[in-house]
Parts: sequence; structure tokens; C-alpha cells
Amino acid sequence: MPDKIKFTIDGKDCYAEPGQTIYEAAKANGVFIPVLCHYEGLKPVGSCRICSVRANGRWMTSCTQPVTNGMVIENATPEVEAYRKAIIEMLFVEGNHFCPTCEKSGNCELQALAYRYQIMVPQFPYLFPKREIEAFPGFLLEHNRCIQCQRCVRAIQTEDGQKIFALKNRSKDLRINVDLKLAARMTEKEVQKAMDICPVGAILKKEVGFRIPIGKRKYDQKPIGSEVEENK
Amino acid sequence: MDPIRKILQKYKRDRTRLIDILKDIQESEGSITQQAIELVAKHLKISRAEIEGVITFYHFLSDRPLGKYAVYLNNSITSEMAGRQKVAEALEKETGCKFGQTSEDNLVSLFETSCVGMNDQEPAALINGVVFTSLNEEKVRKIVAGMKRGLAAQEMVEEYGDGANGHELVRAMVKNNIRKAGAVIFDEFTPGQAIAQALNKTPEGVIEEIKKANLLGRGGAGFPTGLKWELCRQEKSDQHYVVCNADEGEPGTFKDRVILTERPQMVFEGMAIAGYAVGAHLGILYLRHEYTYLKKYFEYLLQKMREEGILGKNILGRGFDFDIEIKSGAGAYVCGEESALIESAEGKRGEPRDRPPFPVQKGYLDKPTTVNNVETLAASARIMLRGSSWFRTLGTSVSAGTKVLSISGDCQRPGIYEVEFGITVRELLEMAGAQDTLAVQVGGPSGNCISESGFGRKICYSDLATGGSFIIFNRRRDLFAVVRNFLDFFIEESCGWCVPCRAGNVLLKKKFEKIVAGLGTAQDLAELEAWGKIIKSMSRCGLGQTSPNPVLTTLTNFRELYESRINKKADFIPEFDLGQAVMDACQLTGRKFKEESENAR
Ligand SMILES: Cc1cc2nc3c(=O)[nH]c(=O)nc-3n(C[C@H](O)[C@H](O)[C@H](O)COP(=O)(O)O)c2cc1C
Ligand code: SF4
Ligand code: SF4
Ligand code: FES
Ligand code: FES
Repeated sequence: MPDKIKFTIDGKDCYAEPGQTIYEAAKANGVFIPVLCHYEGLKPVGSCRICSVRANGRWMTSCTQPVTNGMVIENATPEVEAYRKAIIEMLFVEGNHFCPTCEKSGNCELQALAYRYQIMVPQFPYLFPKREIEAFPGFLLEHNRCIQCQRCVRAIQTEDGQKIFALKNRSKDLRINVDLKLAARMTEKEVQKAMDICPVGAILKKEVGFRIPIGKRKYDQKPIGSEVEENK
Repeated sequence: MDPIRKILQKYKRDRTRLIDILKDIQESEGSITQQAIELVAKHLKISRAEIEGVITFYHFLSDRPLGKYAVYLNNSITSEMAGRQKVAEALEKETGCKFGQTSEDNLVSLFETSCVGMNDQEPAALINGVVFTSLNEEKVRKIVAGMKRGLAAQEMVEEYGDGANGHELVRAMVKNNIRKAGAVIFDEFTPGQAIAQALNKTPEGVIEEIKKANLLGRGGAGFPTGLKWELCRQEKSDQHYVVCNADEGEPGTFKDRVILTERPQMVFEGMAIAGYAVGAHLGILYLRHEYTYLKKYFEYLLQKMREEGILGKNILGRGFDFDIEIKSGAGAYVCGEESALIESAEGKRGEPRDRPPFPVQKGYLDKPTTVNNVETLAASARIMLRGSSWFRTLGTSVSAGTKVLSISGDCQRPGIYEVEFGITVRELLEMAGAQDTLAVQVGGPSGNCISESGFGRKICYSDLATGGSFIIFNRRRDLFAVVRNFLDFFIEESCGWCVPCRAGNVLLKKKFEKIVAGLGTAQDLAELEAWGKIIKSMSRCGLGQTSPNPVLTTLTNFRELYESRINKKADFIPEFDLGQAVMDACQLTGRKFKEESENAR
């Protein structure tokens, strides 16, 4: 058995198993690093960049980067936190997020992070893009709220590995593209899984809106990150 | 048999050939229809959504029907400076079609495209894959007349360029414009000798020699080539691969095109040498789509090399097998980034990968792969011939050898210059016949925009590094127009995968435009800089990490330009014009919106 890896986060001594990413190791040590595109059990894709830290002085995403012995990690420093805040703000101005009318409000990870980072007004101008809502047999795809995190792309595939959700276009026009035929064959359970895995209110199962009232939802009870920080 | 099925059969069920399949379908059918997508999906057992993802990623693939002639006019800054606007207007006038559209008679489609690697002969365009250079209104009239007569694009090429451009398998009007040939790349080269020299050594011996030569990657990043090969060789695997990066997408770079045109065998031998060193038996030449006009010529040369025993099975009877395959993308700058290139070579969207693992660990088909620039591989062949000690007599102690530069913009002699490292910007400006120079963009949009105070700086890895792009602007040029062109380029070419690059660059451009329009305050200027730093720090690949450089380097070297546009009296000016925003309401209620507008600003 290889020895444990020793490293520090903001000066605190931490220990990790070989092969763990910075994010996983931090979590095991009771340190919260925000993530949006990452989801446990899925291959990380490093797309949102919110989990960025400075490791030995260099910017790295903690969901993709393995922790190494002696690594010195800056996590909750003013600079790192300010840059993360900027990412959240970019996501808000890049799409159209009207939280009070959103089915995911209170369960939305983007919204919960905006609260955690105390965002009142973004520093960036709103882009107000024109985006569509698409309807499929079992669900709606609300492109206005999609943050292109690719959780759905990775998590929801056919048995033989065909992509039901895939990326389309590039650059600022990057969108999620749903395979009509394959989506029509999705079971209710799969649709529910897609909706649950989506960090925002972009995938909406049909005919089940607002079952739990706003105010009683996940992050209405406890702020995001508290589950990790309580384990300190 | 119908043509689509024929194409599918040709490529078997090889998923890595998806881009080739789609290109062939488009060429045969004019576009990639839903029906074709369905057939390909079934054949390769992948979803239609995934195929649509590939089509919409690449600039030259289309699921909409295109005209009989698809015209792609380069919109890079050097094209702009050489009169692109007039050419574009002439194209629209003669065809009766607007950019981004197809004419009603389905004869012509007009599109813009990023740099096509012809900066010393702009404005340039691709028409059905055929390159047209130095366009003007008169040439446009002739070309469109030819289209109306139904001539094939190739038939409209009247004069061929110098060197191999005139070869019967190339027949291109492209010019080499080699102004200065150096000792490493453009010296005489006799095929077969470099690989023979390499085979006289052990693979480790080859690596040692390249290390001793201190050869650093010529693609821009400057990674030591010998070390890269060693790392690749050390990875245990049943297969290793060599990839030659001939994507050359950095605006202002066209040196790989000329190296490939005039010294192709030297590059191919370099690939074989790399293959021998790392333990690979297959090399992939990833040729940018824009250079497809060279492909037949290369295939002919490769075949010739096989026949001469310097490629293929049992090279020179020494028991080493190595062959070369040509692959292409379909128009995307980011595919020059090595991991995106590998994705593209596997027939996927050209999106960069996360590192680790690095390509030398897990590259093409997840096998250890060394990706090297065209010039790096050619230089390796020369090092085999002349030795590392000789090589180190050229250039500087840190940066050994020569560098092939592509010089364009405001000068009398644009073209290719192979110079020793250590040469100053000022010396280059003199060589190229540049006068009254305001700025030089070294290393393309992702590089550095330097002012006169930096003309004494040296081209080398420890000072001004460049993949080869060197664009000159004289004092009559508007630097803001240059920066704007570069920012648009990055916005267009971002793959969109990560947030800072995808959204950040759009926001950066908005802030830039606000300041240039005279509506910026000191606060805006500070934000421009701060946002640029956020994008640089947080982006996932080299594209995003360098995309704010046009802003940041001009802010450093031409700060006074920005200062002069700033409104020094106001503390704050809103992002939008309040009067404009409430104009409709004002009109409805009969109020004078003009005054509102003035009060707000
Ligand atoms: C956005 C982007 C575009 C690139 N384009 C090219 C290119 O066109 N040609 C090239 O050789 N390297 C390009 N590179 C660098 C490659 O990633 C890689 O470093 C290089 O091919 C390695 O070869 P070398 O070590 O021989 O230079 C690019 C990098 C980035 C980030
Ligand atoms: S639909 Fe949801 S899960 Fe899928 S990319 Fe968009 S935000 Fe992510
Ligand atoms: S930096 Fe840009 S190009 Fe690179 S991965 Fe991110 S979005 Fe794509
Ligand atoms: S969570 Fe790591 S990049 Fe998104
Ligand atoms: S709560 Fe606003 S998009 Fe989810």
C-alpha cells in the first residue's frame, strides 16, 4: 500500500490517497471547493472552471488535477474566490436566469453558489441571448438556463454507449443537442435522472412542476457547501 | 450503388474516419442531409446528435445545402489591410448574394473564414477548395463570370506559383515568396540520407543527438523535442504514434505551408526519425483543411518514398517499419492545439483534452503519441545529417538553430525568412523593407503586440518567442481595428467548452468597444485589464489562456492610445444608453426621447 500523500490547503495540513483529485482530497479533509460541471461518478471534463485553485502557484482545476505530495494549494484566498465569483457571474449573464419562475429554484446549484458568493449584481453586462425551449416526449430542454456543463452528455447514454445528449456548434453558440429518436425511448426513470443530475433548471420532467414549494427545497434549508464543511 | 453507401463502404466502420466520411458526402451531395446523417449513424453505430455535433463544429462542413461554388473569403487582419472589403463588396455585387447566404439560383454561397495561411498574398479565398490569392475587384468579376459559365474552380486558376506550386498534382496560384533561405530548413535536401543516418544510431542515440542539439519545439510552445520523444518512448504500450502538426492556424503564419511545399520529404523523413526514436510505426500528417490542395502531391511523394525503400516496410533494409497517413480537419483553429488535434484525428469534435494525461502518455487512440510541428520535424532530419554540434553553432545558446518566419503586413517584401535565432525585430523590419512602423505583432494574435521601444528585442525563446507569425503595422493603421479583428477571431474560434473562454471573450470585447467608442472611464479600463487576467488564468487550453493578449499587450505597449479614449470627467457611464432603451416608450407617450438620451450620458 503506497503511503498517504501529504499536502496543504490554505496552510492546513491535509492527507490524500494516491490518485485522488484535489477536489476529492479536499472534500475528504472537510474543505469545500465549489463544483458545477463535476458530478460524482462521472468522468470530469473541466468545463465550468469554478473549482480552480492555485496549486504550487499555478491555476488548475481541482476536479481534473491529481493531488501530489507536498502540493501547496490556495483555495479560499481573496484572489481565487474573486475569480470563481467572476465565473458564476459570467454564467448568469451568458444565459437568461429568472430564478423566481424557475422550477429548480432552491435546488439549483448555480443559484446556491450565487448566494454563497453573495452576488447581488454581476460585474458583467447581461448579454440577453435569444435561446429556445425545446420539447421532447418526456421533458423540456430550457436552453436559457443551460450552462453547458455536459453532465447530461456524460450521464445519459443508451446501453450501447450512444449519446442522447451531445454538444452542438461551438464558441458562444455552443448548445446541447438532443437526439430525437433516442430521447423518445428514454424511460421515466432516465428522464428523472437527467433532471436530477442537471445542476440548473434546464432539463425539466414534464407534468411535475413545483411539487415541493420554493422555500422548502434543498438549498433553502442549508447553504451549498455546508455538508462538506460540517464534516471538518 | 448510391454514392453515400459507396463512401461508407470505403471507410468501413472506422469511427476515426467520420470527418472524411462527412467531407466526401458533402462533396458528392452538396451538403450533409438528415437522410445522410441517419445512414452514417446506423453505419457507425453512433447517435445522430453526435454526428450533428461534429458537423456543426467545423467551419467547412454544412448540413445546409451550399451553392455550386462555395466561396470562403479570408477575414484576417492582413486580408483587411490588403482590401478585403472591396473584394467582399465585389463578390456580393457580382453574385447578387450576401455573405452567409446562398444565391437564389444556388450557384454561389459566400462565407467568411479565419486566416487561410496566405497572408503575404491577400486577400485570399478558397473556392471549392481551390486557393485564390491577391484578389481584387477585377479578378472577382472574372471569377464570377467563370462561375456563370460553369467552369470548375481549378479551371479559373490562370497562373501557377513558383516551385512545387506548379507541379501537375498541385497546380496552385500560391506563391512561396522565400526571401531568405537558411541552413537548416531550406538548404539542399536529398531524400533518404537523414533516415539512413538515424538508423545508424540506436533510438536512444537519436534522442540523445536531438537533446544535444537543444532542439526546441517550433510550433510555439518551445518544449524540448528530445525530452518529448524520450517521455513518449518510455511509456509502455503496444503502439506509439507520431503526429505532424500541420494545422498552422495562427493568423499570420504560413511558413509550414512553404516548408511542406518545398521540403515535404524532409518533413516526412523527420516523422520517420521521430517514429524510430519513440518506437512508432505509424505517423499521421494532420494537414489543415485549407491546404488540401497539396494532398495529392504528398500522396504521390509518399508512394515514391515507399518505392525507394525510405518509407513503409523494412526501411532501407534495416528492419524498421514506418508509414505515414494523411488526416485533415475541416476548419477550426483550436485543432492546432495538440490534444484537440488528436480528438479531430480520431474523427471527433476538435475539443482539447484535460491534462494529465499528456499526449506522450495517452494520445492518439489513447496510445503514447508525440505531436511535433512541421518545422521541428524538418529540423530533426537536418540534425541527423549535420549533427548537433553544427546545429548549435547557429542561433543563441538557449535557442539553437534557425527559425522560419512568415512576415506579412506593411512592408515591401512580405514572405518567408529563415533566420538564426537572436535576430532583432529591427533587423527583420529592415530586411522586409518596412517603413514608418508603428507596431509588430509577434507570434500572431496569441502573441505580443510590440511598439518601437521593443524593436531591439530578439526573436528567441528567452525573449520574443513566435511560432512564425510576424505582422507589421505602419503608422497609418488603426491599432484598435487590429485588436478588434483579433478579438473577433478568438470569439469565433473558441471551442466553447469552458466558461471563461466562451463567455469571457464576448464580455471582454464588449468592454473594449465601450472604451473605443469613447464611453469608457478609468474604471472601465481597469476592468478591461482585470477581465483579461481572469480569462487567461481560468481558461482550459492555450487558446483561452492567450485570447486576451491582443488587449493586454496593447494595454502594456500602447497604453496612451487607450488613455486618449477615456472620459476623464465621468466616474461612471452605464453599459447601455438609457435614452435608446426607453425610446419606444418615449415615442408612445409623446415625450422627446432625444433629451432623455443626452441627459443619460
Ligand atoms: C490554440 C492553439 C493552436 C495551436 N496551433 C498550432 C499549430 O497550428 N501548429 C503547431 O505546430 N502547433 C500549434 N499549437 C501548439 C501545439 O499544441 C503543440 O505545442 C505543438 O504542435 C508541439 O509541437 P512542437 O513541440 O514541435 O512545437 C497550438 C496551440 C494552441 C493552444
Ligand atoms: S442541460 Fe443541464 S446537465 Fe445538460 S449541459 Fe445543460 S446545464 Fe448541464
Ligand atoms: S479555452 Fe476556449 S478553446 Fe480552450 S477549451 Fe476553453 S473554450 Fe475551448
Ligand atoms: S467543477 Fe471542475 S471545472 Fe467544473
Ligand atoms: S434557479 Fe435560476 S436557473 Fe435555476
